[in-house]
Amino acid sequence: MTFLTDSPIDSEELAQRVMRPSDGACVVFEGVVRDHHEGKRVESILYDAYRPMAEKEIAKILHDINTRFPQVAIAVTHRLGALTVGEASIVIACASPHRGEAFEACRMMIDRFKQTVPIWKKESGPGGEEWVGWQK
Amino acid sequence: MKVRLLYFAVLRDIAGKGEEVIELPEGTRAADVWSGLRAKHRELSRYERPPLTAVNENYVPADQLLRDGDEVAFIPPVAGG
Repeated sequence: MTFLTDSPIDSEELAQRVMRPSDGACVVFEGVVRDHHEGKRVESILYDAYRPMAEKEIAKILHDINTRFPQVAIAVTHRLGALTVGEASIVIACASPHRGEAFEACRMMIDRFKQTVPIWKKESGPGGEEWVGWQK
Repeated sequence: MKVRLLYFAVLRDIAGKGEEVIELPEGTRAADVWSGLRAKHRELSRYERPPLTAVNENYVPADQLLRDGDEVAFIPPVAGG
């Protein structure tokens, strides 16, 4: 199982993958490249990753979420490489018999993802390029 | 001993390469390797300690003792999602 891709993400495919006949809810979250960051214009983002470690960290988060929300089926894919405004960098799909746990699991997935998974982004715009989070 | 040092994101730009094998004395800690990088690259001067440290694809404390054959990566602030 790989959670990383170099191609556009098919969110419909992720939703299909997790949905079971017993599910009454499917929450799909898409993280999308926006055209601004801290007042600066953004035209594209380059995503880089420590791939094998990122796969392992994502698997750990999925394990934790499965333990906490055993009734939720979850799928996640993060895209790497060069993305332009409006393209999805991450898609998370959570299916559950009821909506509450699906929303919660989805929120927990994206929040944890942003904290520990070794993925980085370099934003490019009219003002130049910058690795997000790095203090010069 | 030899360890493989991997560079990602901003660190790859600063080092000008993706990885290298370095020779280290026994007893070297990950933080010592970071100090060596700081001495070489003034762009790292703001970071007295590495932002995060990974050895063999797991997060470890910066003072982790290294062993022959380890794969070491300093992890700049992550920004996935």
